[in-house]
Amino acid sequence: MLIKLEYKISGGDFTRAGHASSEVKKNLKQLGVDPLIIRRVVVSMYEAEVNIVAHAYNGHIKVEIESHRIRIVLADKGPGIPDIEMAMREGYTTASQQVREMGFGAGMGLPNIKKNSDILNITSIVNEGTTVEIINNLQ
Amino acid sequence: MKKIVTEKVQKMKTSELIQKLNLRVFNSNQISDAEITGGYTSDLLSDVMGNAAPGQAWLTLQTHKNVAAIASLKDLSAIVLVNNNTPENDMLEAAENEGIAVLGSQLPAFELSAAIYNALQV
Ligand SMILES: Nc1ncnc2c1ncn2[C@@H]1O[C@H](COP(=O)(O)OP(=O)(O)OP(=O)(O)O)[C@@H](O)[C@H]1O
Ligand SMILES: [Mg+2]
Repeated sequence: MLIKLEYKISGGDFTRAGHASSEVKKNLKQLGVDPLIIRRVVVSMYEAEVNIVAHAYNGHIKVEIESHRIRIVLADKGPGIPDIEMAMREGYTTASQQVREMGFGAGMGLPNIKKNSDILNITSIVNEGTTVEIINNLQ
Repeated sequence: MKKIVTEKVQKMKTSELIQKLNLRVFNSNQISDAEITGGYTSDLLSDVMGNAAPGQAWLTLQTHKNVAAIASLKDLSAIVLVNNNTPENDMLEAAENEGIAVLGSQLPAFELSAAIYNALQV
């Protein structure tokens, strides 16, 4: 079994944020994946999706669902992350005042992704962009 | 000697909670009368994403569309706006599409949390 899904994300468009994650959730539900695992996938994917909206210019998401695992790659064009280790720390944020007023910018997104993924790879080039790869076992 | 009873948070239907606490209902369509299994009070979206549990009602002053998206993704039972806040139109629309109740109260977060907590103890 292999399901492939792709989404485009526009930076700054908060009205669409979470749409891709919601689609993936529906797919996993239909496949009868354990709700606990679906929850982990949804949390990690949503946070990475919103990070593109909040911090980057645009991006795309590629999702591959196999019977034993899900792999999500979120690649964006944007400012990049100069110090990934620092960005991973709870509370670290560069979110704008406007974004923080919406309740984003707690600096908890990347820690949430870490906690809710089996494998997490982040690569980033300053002034080019960031790629986040999230893999979760489905069994 | 007094017996110490560890209280367990009980479940309650959304409709019962609305009635008990005289909550305002913003939805115009039929909403699912979901079982409320507790509550989570926070205005930080990633905090809710990371720490709220399915079935909980979410108490917040945030009124925008992302609140509905998170409530749906996390399988929360209801959104309860504190302090007389009212939902933005697209938030309400998104919540309706997902069948999530959008409720409101004039109480501030602290008092509303306590009131809902107490209502859930039977
Ligand atoms: N895709 C990205 N492009 C550029 N910078 C990013 C990206 N993702 C994360 N960052 C940087 O890492 C920081 C921490 O990210 P994290 O998701 O943990 O918190 P946040 O997005 O600021 O707030 P929250 O996720 O709690 O709403 C961000 O503030 C930003 O500086
Ligand atoms: Mg974030």
